Amino acid sequence: MSEQKKTAAHEPLFHLAKRSSVNPVAAMGIRLAAIVLGLLVCGLVAFALIEKLQNNPGKIGDFYYSFIKGSFTSERKLWKFLKNMAVLQCISLAVTPAFRMRFWNIGAEGQTLMGVLGAITMAFYFGGKVPEWQLLIMMFIAALIYGAVWAVIPALFKAKWNTNETLFTLMMNYVATYVVSYFLVIWVPSGSSTLGKLKFGKLPPLPFGNQYLLIILISLALTIFLFIYLKYSKQGYEISVVGESIRTAQYSGINVKKVIIRTMVVSGLLCGLAGFIIGAGLDQSVTTESVGGQGFTAIIVSWLANFNPLFMIVTSALISLLNSGAAQISQDFNVSGALPDVIVGIILFFIIGCEFFINYKFVFRHKETGKGAAK
Amino acid sequence: MKKFVALLLALTLCLSAFVFTASAEVADVKLGVILLHDENSTYDLNFINGVNDAVKALGLSEEQVIMKRNIPESQECTDAALDLADEGCTIIFANSFGHETYLIDAAKQCPDVQFCHATGTKAHTEGLSNYHNAFAAIYEGRYLAGVAAGLKLNELKDAGLLKGEKPLMGYVGAFTYAEVISGYTSFYLGAKSVCPDVEMKVQFTGSWYDYAEEKNAATALIAANCDLISQHADSMGAPSACEDANIPNVSYNGSTVESCPNTFIVASRIDWAPYFQYIVNQVAAGEAIDTDWTGTIETGSVVLTAVNEKAAAAGTVAKLDEVKAALQAGTVKVFDTATEGFITVEGAALNSYIADVDDLGDYVPETEVVADGYFHESEYRSAPYFDVKIDGIELLNQMF
Repeated sequence: MSEQKKTAAHEPLFHLAKRSSVNPVAAMGIRLAAIVLGLLVCGLVAFALIEKLQNNPGKIGDFYYSFIKGSFTSERKLWKFLKNMAVLQCISLAVTPAFRMRFWNIGAEGQTLMGVLGAITMAFYFGGKVPEWQLLIMMFIAALIYGAVWAVIPALFKAKWNTNETLFTLMMNYVATYVVSYFLVIWVPSGSSTLGKLKFGKLPPLPFGNQYLLIILISLALTIFLFIYLKYSKQGYEISVVGESIRTAQYSGINVKKVIIRTMVVSGLLCGLAGFIIGAGLDQSVTTESVGGQGFTAIIVSWLANFNPLFMIVTSALISLLNSGAAQISQDFNVSGALPDVIVGIILFFIIGCEFFINYKFVFRHKETGKGAAK
Repeated sequence: MKKFVALLLALTLCLSAFVFTASAEVADVKLGVILLHDENSTYDLNFINGVNDAVKALGLSEEQVIMKRNIPESQECTDAALDLADEGCTIIFANSFGHETYLIDAAKQCPDVQFCHATGTKAHTEGLSNYHNAFAAIYEGRYLAGVAAGLKLNELKDAGLLKGEKPLMGYVGAFTYAEVISGYTSFYLGAKSVCPDVEMKVQFTGSWYDYAEEKNAATALIAANCDLISQHADSMGAPSACEDANIPNVSYNGSTVESCPNTFIVASRIDWAPYFQYIVNQVAAGEAIDTDWTGTIETGSVVLTAVNEKAAAAGTVAKLDEVKAALQAGTVKVFDTATEGFITVEGAALNSYIADVDDLGDYVPETEVVADGYFHESEYRSAPYFDVKIDGIELLNQMF
């Protein structure tokens, strides 16, 4: 009795309740509001950190304009934006099948890096010795195999001994980095560990359009393929069932181990393909930084799009836009390279944070207390 | 009289026009700078300071310089360079060794823009008129720093404070790479020039910037009876280990006297401001930039910080001035192969050495670099190629 009184007396001003249904239009509204709010906070932070802005507050317009300037003010910038987006999209697609299965593969960075290494290994040893088209096929196959092997190792351990896939795939990233370092030592006897751009093994651009057009089209085709694979194929359905509940999957006769391994092979193959794009299509070289953290960014891209390949076009565009905009700010205002990271971080914080407000709502004490508590 | 006035007027007009156009030409130059990292790396900070000093000296406006930070050694570098060209840059500079092949790509696409690259090796074989390499004869700075170290060791020896029988130095290196080998050897030779029985141990970390590894390496060297430590790596790891153990330290890239007041002796560094001034002036005047530009003590590119009198041996400043003058006059050579017993390789004199100067990707040495009694470092190309392992220096490990 007294306890009941106590809780009544200490009922908080508000509490949180899960929304029973989410109106998609309202959800979009909340997301947009979050981005706008994030941009406003960025402006405040920038004002606090950039001396040039303090001396001339009118330049705040330039600050926001930089986000557009970074990607759209020249043809070259636009293509570069589309290229960055395409590569990020590829890696994001690669992590998606595993995520839909609730297999938390955070090893895309390493799997992609191994893909780059696979492609460049072929170019290093066979460049100039076999015809270019043959070399490109070898690079392509090697990249896919390297990526798939790197992904299947943690999957085997997960399926056989139920090891923690998050830690395992994370560790494999570091191993991949050191494998690359190891080969750079062997390949570059001068000791600089810098391979530089190789002369052979360049993915030729399409006979028309920009040099990056092919990469963009590959990425687009892959998006459509993965959308169909996940949504309409039997394998895609199995992935969803395993993701919902392993027991349900077992009950319905799905071989869970097989699905886990097969799905990780798909993830690894796609990472390998992204590695081929980076190795043969862009850098024609490999360094430990070849993937540059995109394997981790891809996780956010995929998650924000709710693991839907079509929505990912929007999220990868958003992240690429933020990245090049933030770099443009560093350039225009001549400030340290850390500021772009801060700006991208703030906006992502707001975007991810708003998901909370989409799924939950505040219930205030003075308004229909009983009803709120009953829910 | 009228004619004279007219002539005078015409003359002043011409002159002022000349003066006006001269400054206008510098005002037409736009410099784009591509940096691997940002201010948080001492290596990149040194370039940013160089740009800012040059901008001040030349009176350039803010709009005439664009810096792109955190540009990786990949296709991103080509993209960044082309973007700078789009923004109207007439000179584009990149600061990291791995940028080179990507910058060459951009240079081929923009023949009207000048491309300059620090630490690179390919300009003299690439045959592009708008692509140039630059470095500094930092081995001369290292040699001077080594002289200061040798004097300190002599002082310790006279006071009976040496840990072992012979004076022993420790050196923390990044990679077993020509730039580092050239650096520690010239440092060792500087010390040897004043302290003939000195020996040195070198420990490599396998990274250009790793505070913990560098500190560990320095601590290990101190434990192995080293009397003095120097380093070629970019963090404060080695200097702070020295300050903790009260072991004298000769630093690199900048003075560490503020955090190491008791142990910092002197540091050598490359000042890039003279090179930035040089390229801007050349382009303004419509003159060609050297394919390989090697900064020296004379150009102001190789500099020493102020000597910390508290830690340095007495008379260090005077001796450094003397040796510096001798280096400038050419009477002292750093890699002196003529003086008997100064540079020996497995007991024998170094009368001939074929170095890999042409970086064609084959790693085959092709150029004779010992002549006239010395090793001609940074003469056939700006980046160092001295990679001889000489007597008196023991490598504790190798890191590529």
